[in-house]
Amino acid sequence: MSAAEPTAPQLELLGEGRVALCGHWSHRDLTRSIATLRRALARLPRDTHWDLTSIGRMDSFGALVIWRAWGRTWPPHVALSPVVREALDRVAAARGESLPPQPRPRMTAALVLVGEGAFRLGRHATDFVALLGRIALDVMALAGQPGHWPLREITANLYKVGVQAMPVAALVGFLIGVVLSYLSALQLQTFGADVFIVNILGLGIIRELGPVLVSVLVAGRSGSAMTAQIGVMRVTEEIDALRVMGVSPYVRLVLPKVVALTLAMPMLVLWTSAVALLGGMVTADLQLNLGYGFFIQTLPRVVPPSNLLLALVKGLIFGLLIALVACHFGLRVKPNTESLAAKTTASVVSAITLVILVDAVLAIVTRRVGVPY
Amino acid sequence: MNAPVVDMRGIGTCFGRRWVHRDLNLQVTAGEMLALVGGSGSGKTTLLRQMVGLLTPTQGQVRLFGQSLTGGNRIERRLLRQRFGMLFQHGALFSAFSVFDNIAFPLREAGVASPEEIRDLVALKLAMVEIDLADARHMPAELSGGMVKRVALARALALEPELLILDEPTAGLDPDRSEGFVTLVRDLHRQLGLTVVLVTHDLDTLAALATQVAVLADQRILAHGPVEAIMALDHPFVEHFFRGERGQRALAANAPGAQ
Ligand SMILES: Nc1ncnc2c1ncn2[C@@H]1O[C@H](COP(=O)(O)OP(=O)(O)OP(=O)(O)O)[C@@H](O)[C@H]1O
Ligand SMILES: [Mg+2]
Repeated sequence: MSAAEPTAPQLELLGEGRVALCGHWSHRDLTRSIATLRRALARLPRDTHWDLTSIGRMDSFGALVIWRAWGRTWPPHVALSPVVREALDRVAAARGESLPPQPRPRMTAALVLVGEGAFRLGRHATDFVALLGRIALDVMALAGQPGHWPLREITANLYKVGVQAMPVAALVGFLIGVVLSYLSALQLQTFGADVFIVNILGLGIIRELGPVLVSVLVAGRSGSAMTAQIGVMRVTEEIDALRVMGVSPYVRLVLPKVVALTLAMPMLVLWTSAVALLGGMVTADLQLNLGYGFFIQTLPRVVPPSNLLLALVKGLIFGLLIALVACHFGLRVKPNTESLAAKTTASVVSAITLVILVDAVLAIVTRRVGVPY
Repeated sequence: MNAPVVDMRGIGTCFGRRWVHRDLNLQVTAGEMLALVGGSGSGKTTLLRQMVGLLTPTQGQVRLFGQSLTGGNRIERRLLRQRFGMLFQHGALFSAFSVFDNIAFPLREAGVASPEEIRDLVALKLAMVEIDLADARHMPAELSGGMVKRVALARALALEPELLILDEPTAGLDPDRSEGFVTLVRDLHRQLGLTVVLVTHDLDTLAALATQVAVLADQRILAHGPVEAIMALDHPFVEHFFRGERGQRALAANAPGAQ
């Protein structure tokens, strides 16, 4: 479309204070020339004689541009067709109403923000406890009726969070084992303390690294998925639908996730630690010529079996925490996409933080358990 | 502008192994108000989605304003898309935006209007669909179902497009609002020379708005013509839809003589 085409909006100065507007004054037609036309309109004095009769199509935007140029009042001399008058009338009628102002940020806003943050934290805590209570109540109600346990959902979740996580957990575990072993080997070699690599890897991976590594992985992989799923079900009112049918969303949605992840995590920890040790063992063999046989024989001697038990308990606790946090945030999603995104992020971040905090506490509490010497 | 506004030729749609449309033809000329009717699941929404380029038909081609939605360069395609607006069956408001921002969105994207103009235009559109300005700061989740519909209509109208595509616009509105909506679309039609394609199950809306009716049945457009001609048709769907007791009542109330 060139500017010469008759549909293009134009402003013609006819001299003697007369102006004619022609062409189509619609949003699409004005796209190209809006800046020029705005400037031309602004230059015209108030007592101009306006001729709007040759305007073709005019929409609200075109009318608004002209109306604003007129300073939102009818000019004294104007000729127009009924259709154009109607469009201008509509724009004129909407005048006077303005949007309710957005609340302005005040000086005290920062203080309010801090206070709100504290309250929010408090609400989180009470809601979390409430969630625990609901689950406990529902479990007690279920205890009498074994037929009502959501076994299908539990097994389905077990498969999703457990079995399907195995490949990625193995890959990460193996690589971590290799890297850890390689770095330790470099250091130990300089002291001629090669054999101690079994102690380092065994204790480090089984006791600490395994559970925490898997937790981070699972929080990112399964925790986020749980939050998103429950969140979307809230957005689409599916949870309300469940409630109306008398099905407890806690039993049907929350409980299977919590049970499945609590059960799956110790197994995942076991699996990942084993693969990480394998990686470490392979590297130790390559780097220090420590035979596989020696590695496997030494391991149970230098790492007391209570460490394994500790790792499994940690897995259990972390799995429970991650699932609870994920469901907690999922149930707090408000019905909009922004909230869904925010809560999913919050779920992962909180779960990982919480796991590491609990891990630190456990490290102190169990400092006398399973450590030789 | 001799080319039909909507030109769908030889459309075939296949989901999996089920054919929803087969060799379907539909032309809509400028200024027409076409009501697309058909049984539930007959593929009306699907046809609309193909019309606006959200779905590519398995066979056949779609042209809007004589242009293909996939042809031309990026800017041409964008300008073409500004020439039509769509009201989705469930509103499809952006849930993270307030009512105001939802309606302002297409205007801001176009980048022609200034912020003050956008504010005035949004106020105007809200007035058109009879939504209180006080509700402009609400989020879509805080609106009633009917309000969602009206805000969505306001958004579809934001750029005052030449072609308006409405998927069940009056479903979920009370009769009063329904009538207000019909009047609104009629006014816009007159003022802007709008072309309207609407899917509706509501005979009142159909009778009051449509200049043309297309019946979608048996995987194709069974008939396309003025309401009276369609009504005379001998087909089980038409029989049921128009000549049931409900249909007779609606059509009698909206007959030209009655107004
Ligand atoms: N994405 C899809 N995948 C598979 N099948 C689909 C898909 N979308 C639609 N269908 C099928 O195509 C058919 C037509 O659906 P469509 O939504 O167009 O119906 P409709 O005429 O709008 O019905 P209603 O009046 O109930 O809204 C339906 O049978 C539906 O199952
Ligand atoms: Mg539909």
